[in-house]
Amino acid sequence: MIPSTFDYVRPKSVDEAIAALTAGGEDSKVITGGQSMLPLLRLRMAAPSVLVDCARIDEMKGIKDNGDSVTIGAATTHLDVMSSDIVKSHVKLLADATATVADPQVRHRGTFGGALAHGDPAGDLPAVALALDATMEIAGPKGRRQVAAKDFFVDYFTTAVGPDEILVSITIPKLGKGWGTCYEKFNRTANGWAIVGVAAAVKVEGGKIAEARIGLTNCAAVPVRASSVESALTGVAVSATEIEAASQSAADGTRATTDLGADKEYREHLMRVLTARAVSCAAGA
Amino acid sequence: MTELADHVAAIGRPIKRKEDARLLTGKTQWTDNIQLPGALHMAILRSPMGHAKITKLDVSGALKYPGVEAAYSATELGDLNGSVPCVWPVTDDMVAPDFPALAKGEVRHMGDCVALVLAHTAAQAADALEGIVVEYATLPAVIDMEAAIADGSPLVHSDKGTNKCYTYHLQPQGDSAYAEAKAKADVVVKRRFINQRLIPAFMEPRAVVAAPMGTSGELTIWSATQVPHVLRVLLTLVTGVPENKLRVVAPDVGGGFGGKLQCYREEILCVALANKLGRPIKWTETRSEDMVATHHGRDQIQDIEIAATKDGKLLGLKVDLIANMGAYLQIITPGIPLLGMFMYPGIYKMDAYDFTCIGVFTNTTPTDAYRGAGRPESTYAIERIMDELANEIGMEPMELRKKNWIKHEEFPYTTVAGLTYDSGNYEAATEKALALFKYDELRKEQEKRRASGDKVQLGIGISTFTEMCGLAPSRTLGALKYVAGGWEHCTIRVLPTGKVELVTGTSPHGQGHETAWSQIASDTLGIPVDDIEVIHGDTRTSPYGMDTYGSRSLAVGGQAILRAGEKVVEKARLIAAHQLECSPADLEFDHGTFRVKGDPSKEKAIQAVAFEAFTAHDLPDGLEPTLQAESTVDPQDFSYPHGTHLCAMEVDTETGKSVMRSYVCVDDIGIQINPLIVEGQVHGGLAQGIAQALYEGAVYDSDGQLLTASFADYLVPGAPDLPSFTTDHTVTPSTTNPLGTKGVGEAGAIASTPAVINAIVDALRPFGVNDMPMPAHPMTVWRTLNAARQGGK
Repeated sequence: MIPSTFDYVRPKSVDEAIAALTAGGEDSKVITGGQSMLPLLRLRMAAPSVLVDCARIDEMKGIKDNGDSVTIGAATTHLDVMSSDIVKSHVKLLADATATVADPQVRHRGTFGGALAHGDPAGDLPAVALALDATMEIAGPKGRRQVAAKDFFVDYFTTAVGPDEILVSITIPKLGKGWGTCYEKFNRTANGWAIVGVAAAVKVEGGKIAEARIGLTNCAAVPVRASSVESALTGVAVSATEIEAASQSAADGTRATTDLGADKEYREHLMRVLTARAVSCAAGA
Repeated sequence: MTELADHVAAIGRPIKRKEDARLLTGKTQWTDNIQLPGALHMAILRSPMGHAKITKLDVSGALKYPGVEAAYSATELGDLNGSVPCVWPVTDDMVAPDFPALAKGEVRHMGDCVALVLAHTAAQAADALEGIVVEYATLPAVIDMEAAIADGSPLVHSDKGTNKCYTYHLQPQGDSAYAEAKAKADVVVKRRFINQRLIPAFMEPRAVVAAPMGTSGELTIWSATQVPHVLRVLLTLVTGVPENKLRVVAPDVGGGFGGKLQCYREEILCVALANKLGRPIKWTETRSEDMVATHHGRDQIQDIEIAATKDGKLLGLKVDLIANMGAYLQIITPGIPLLGMFMYPGIYKMDAYDFTCIGVFTNTTPTDAYRGAGRPESTYAIERIMDELANEIGMEPMELRKKNWIKHEEFPYTTVAGLTYDSGNYEAATEKALALFKYDELRKEQEKRRASGDKVQLGIGISTFTEMCGLAPSRTLGALKYVAGGWEHCTIRVLPTGKVELVTGTSPHGQGHETAWSQIASDTLGIPVDDIEVIHGDTRTSPYGMDTYGSRSLAVGGQAILRAGEKVVEKARLIAAHQLECSPADLEFDHGTFRVKGDPSKEKAIQAVAFEAFTAHDLPDGLEPTLQAESTVDPQDFSYPHGTHLCAMEVDTETGKSVMRSYVCVDDIGIQINPLIVEGQVHGGLAQGIAQALYEGAVYDSDGQLLTASFADYLVPGAPDLPSFTTDHTVTPSTTNPLGTKGVGEAGAIASTPAVINAIVDALRPFGVNDMPMPAHPMTVWRTLNAARQGGK
């Protein structure tokens, strides 16, 4: 519970931060809220030579309404995200899911960008970013690039952010009229990780589902879209029975693991049940 | 704070706890806050293996790290490597393996101590562990208790030739009585319950500071312990430091639940090294260490069989336990199941009882006392099987209980296990609980949900429990081969200015003794609660005591407070009578003032008497100055709190998730000193008992790796996971002590576990579910439900 020795720098700008990361080499790490990094340090599962603290870089903080989308600085805390009027009005799914992250202490320090860049398959927010087709802005020594959420999550605890790069902001398109959303999280204790989570956004037109986007938490090494359910739902009447039937393929394309929270069979069962519940809730069934 | 200007009775008042201001604001001293000049910090290298031979161990590399002063393995430590004591050899032929503080050539559980480093800072010591070279050759591990006692099992201690620690029988009616009872029975219900392993998970991790105190030759040990007095005796026996040179201090301690009722390896090492090196040694465990190195609790396989007539009259009970000792025996490891042994019959009358327990070694962390220690296990088994019997004979589960429980007019009642229950009124507590719970309404709702096939089913769980508290009459402990007494001590001094020092041998670690003890003394002495200072947890200032565990502090220690207070008043009366020029018998004592009967204008307050006792200018001939008295009380018998706990669970039949809808308990703990503290104890106990039912469980893999080695995997529930409890009480005074008090420290933890599981089983009974393994993980519930639906078990 005592970390190894490390250096610490607190840059004022993204450029300074990238310079510090480059100077620190392979063993340098970005920290913002520290809610994932500090436990790793204390358990000595990570031993970086230098921590680059990006929590106080202005450009990486705050929430902006772009008209048809919302941009959130990567170092914005969960609390700020979930209590933002812009987020609550236009990206309600994110506000709802963020409110389920851990406990109030963690939400006061932990950041949206940190939760995405950490790439924890049990984290709630990657599935939300995926379901909402978010775009990530990444800065590095060679400049900035935009990466779509579907390309951002690479593997277990691995994202598109390179060792000398920083996730700067996340832009999420607004859903517009007719859309409803819901995050169904299944866990054993209120502050525990999701055993399975389902982020659903559903567009209803004339009593039928016109479009559905479903992101699954903790069902593979990375968050995945329940694509076959999304297709099956298109054109389906808003009824609990029909939604349940369409949700039977929720586990297709997932790679459920077995751990103390759930084995593969049970996790897949939960995907089906929770997908139906999330979609029903989002569609107002 | 308290306002008792008119000084009405302090006992029974829900006074806010005196100690809370300093505890809640952190303005106190925990062991880890103690910083001594020249201290060396100890870090311990622990076994990552369940069972292995140490084939190479070289600590010299650690010496090259910055700040390191010394490093030891068992080899370097030599004779200073003391062994952890076990003070309860339950049978004459009990197998008791050596338990060296640092492993000697072989590690037997994950977390076993292999080597240690002493450095100037805790961080330096932690870093230097990486310099120790150790190589292991894996030995076969045995984790499963039944496998451990099967022929050909790998041995935890190869020199002992067996993994069996002991076999203990209790057959109060003789060895054929149960068979005879069973022969008369219409119904015999048999179940196997697994009372899973738990980790105490107290809030403050363990910590020790051992420091030679210069020229006095005294060695002071601060430890986050529940048992400073017991610890001093044991550390003397283990390390050879004379008892009168050893001072043990338990500063404010942040929870224990039995987990700090111990003489731990780290305590032995700190004392031995401080004594050898002549400088302070400090150690604070990390949470990761705590999970593997603090003793665990429970972990029993319970085969239980109950015999009854078809109309529900109980005839006999047979219990066969296998109890996991872990890799070694600690202070009272083997005795824990025996504390439960007497309580399997619960509150019920029957003719025959037959108990057997086999203690087993496995490659796991040693077990020992954990909140309830034996009684939660027994209560779980009897309250679960009562529901199963009720189901078997088609009787309402509460009706079955009513038919068999001891009626209030039958106390004192000697049970089939041989204990004499002092008092109780199960009828009154149950009636109150049923009304608060709205039992009949919930049963109706349950019927509706069953009829409509609701995805969320409702279940109602009952636990009409009793427990044995107030350890213990010393002779009883002697008869059980426990190597200590069960008395308690108190000294009361009324100082010259009228303030009081109350020295207790109990050692609170969160319970609120400072307030409750002040209330008892306040009523006895007629001195305001706020004028009483309770002194505890330091063998220098409170030299006699048996400490705090087993809900004993009030039931036993309270008697010593009362008696010491009475002695003070007796002495004060002699002084007052002398000065008021009357005979002591002519004085009445009320609210702290002596008055001459028939002439109330002649009076003297006890505070004034204290000053007279201090000046000693005008005392009766032959009476010693000072106003103080002490008392050491050996309890006459145990006392038996009881209660009726009712739980409503909503079980999602699609996901298996169970959510507690309501929880009602009516506890009878006799006379309550402070109802607010009682309520707090009940709430905390409920949380821990519910945690066993729903969340907690230590899980090892077959190699002895603890898979639940952090709070990410070992789920301790928090406030959001529990409903708002409805607690109430009835009052049936104990007859075994003059205060009429029982104990409440463990009641909630003992009673609640079966109430929750009974509720989940009840919810799923229509599907054919008749048992539910703990913890009731949603996956387990889902799978059990699926199996039942498919007609299996």
